[in-house]
Amino acid sequence: MIDTLRLTAEAAKGLLDRKEVSGDELFAAYLAAIGERDPELHCYLHVCDSSAGDGIPVAVKDVIGTKGIPTTAGSKILEGYVPVYDSTVVSNLRRHGLRILGKTNTDEFAMGSSTENSAYGPTHNPWDPSRVPGGSGGGSAAAVSAGLAPWALGSDTGGSIKQPSALCGNVGLRPTYGTVSRYGVVAFASSLDQVGPVAKTVRDCAFLYSVIAGRDPCDSTTVDAPEVVLPQGEDLEGVRVGLPRELNEHAAIDAGVRASVEHAIELLRQLGAAVGECSLPRSVDFGLPCYYLVAPAEASSNLARYDGVRYGYRSPNAVDRLEMYKHTRDEGFGDEPKRRILIGTYALSAGYYDAYYGQAQKVRTVIAREHAEAFERFDVLVTPTSPTVAFELGGKTADPLAMYACDLLTIPSCMAGLPGLNVPCGLSEGLPVGLQLIGPQFAENTLFRVGHALEQAIGFDFVPERLR
Amino acid sequence: MTEISRDLLLHVAHLARLELRDDELARLEVQLNDILAAVSKVAELDLSDIPATSHPLDVVNVMGEDEPRPCLSVEEALANAPERDGDFFKVPPGGGAT
Repeated sequence: MIDTLRLTAEAAKGLLDRKEVSGDELFAAYLAAIGERDPELHCYLHVCDSSAGDGIPVAVKDVIGTKGIPTTAGSKILEGYVPVYDSTVVSNLRRHGLRILGKTNTDEFAMGSSTENSAYGPTHNPWDPSRVPGGSGGGSAAAVSAGLAPWALGSDTGGSIKQPSALCGNVGLRPTYGTVSRYGVVAFASSLDQVGPVAKTVRDCAFLYSVIAGRDPCDSTTVDAPEVVLPQGEDLEGVRVGLPRELNEHAAIDAGVRASVEHAIELLRQLGAAVGECSLPRSVDFGLPCYYLVAPAEASSNLARYDGVRYGYRSPNAVDRLEMYKHTRDEGFGDEPKRRILIGTYALSAGYYDAYYGQAQKVRTVIAREHAEAFERFDVLVTPTSPTVAFELGGKTADPLAMYACDLLTIPSCMAGLPGLNVPCGLSEGLPVGLQLIGPQFAENTLFRVGHALEQAIGFDFVPERLR
Repeated sequence: MTEISRDLLLHVAHLARLELRDDELARLEVQLNDILAAVSKVAELDLSDIPATSHPLDVVNVMGEDEPRPCLSVEEALANAPERDGDFFKVPPGGGAT
């Protein structure tokens, strides 16, 4: 009997290497777990009955193109769309023998912080099914947490890997911009989008990152990434940890979250890290407004391709081509993509461009400079990942601005193209709290080292209490 | 900063090729003005001397040889077409779509 709730990818590899289980038995164990628990949780939009390869199973967020396997991006406008080619990251998974279990639920076009914007219904948090798993990658995070996949791929524009990982109690990496190919991935905001791993442990997360990272001739924005070093040490002698005041003392942070993160910071000191305060004076207050101009502007351009001509949904309610475009897009997109397309189109239109998009791009420079200055004194910055633990389903759906504020603490470093790692650091109200480690560009190995040491010191049990 | 009036919303929706229903218009008009008021905060900073960031990495052009490589077949390219006519995507007739 394989206990998929406890099994890490590293342990699964051990079972396969020692031939204690076959690849087929392992895959079947996950399908059985999905059959048992996914009707309640709805992590998957599509489950693969079989899958090529002899290695460890893996789940893939449904914004990532998979040849022959439906890819909807959580949108009705892509219902029934079956890609005719693999994204580069999925080719990399397959080349390593990893077997695709299925496609995980997401807010429509990865726009959201709760997975409630999915056109196919929300995912539920495995720790408490009345609560959200975070978003947009709530399906991947909840699947890993509930033992429905040993690890998964997500995508992160302003926090869509880090925030759900925090709310579901797993480890999630948003890699440095440019280190992972976006070829074949549904585009949302191209100057921000990054694909990254979600896992139960830092070592698993680091290994999956090593599988997908690297320059891709099919994506000219990719660069060569430093070789990944799997972390093993447990001391942090010589590591300089910075605590940005504005991200640690923000009024929106719940007391339970703050207490849990402060406990982890104390552990960092005990492990030998030199901890000090720093300031990112404008990155938090101006980060959210900056993001909600830049991302919608880019989205309005990227989503122009959904026009009912070449693939996806086409409205039957039109007599001419202009009507066909307009009805297709009205009937195919949900509320959140429409809001972002409209804000983005407005912010890019003649007469408003300089005041909105142009100004936001300058704010982005300010945010990048503030972070660069902090990294002159520190190797890594520590903050809470999410200001709160998982909230109730429906709690924020009527108020877009309240939903946007979920990403208050994850957005600033995303704007600067920096890598960020969520590590679970404890429980508050019986729900996971996540700690965010932010590094300079290409410092993933530092994040893995600090995250691993902290993970060992904290001893967080990643299996949801109600499933133990 | 400018408010988004109903007329401006309809104009932007047309630019974005969205046909919004009346019930959507009423809801979106309120929500979009709320969002716009929040993001307008970026105007508080005087950034006249600051350059814009369009991309978080210093990227350089990637040049490659102009070599033919395999690509999608016509059948693959048309596999997801809502409607096709032989080797073509079929769409409804014109109607001022420019």
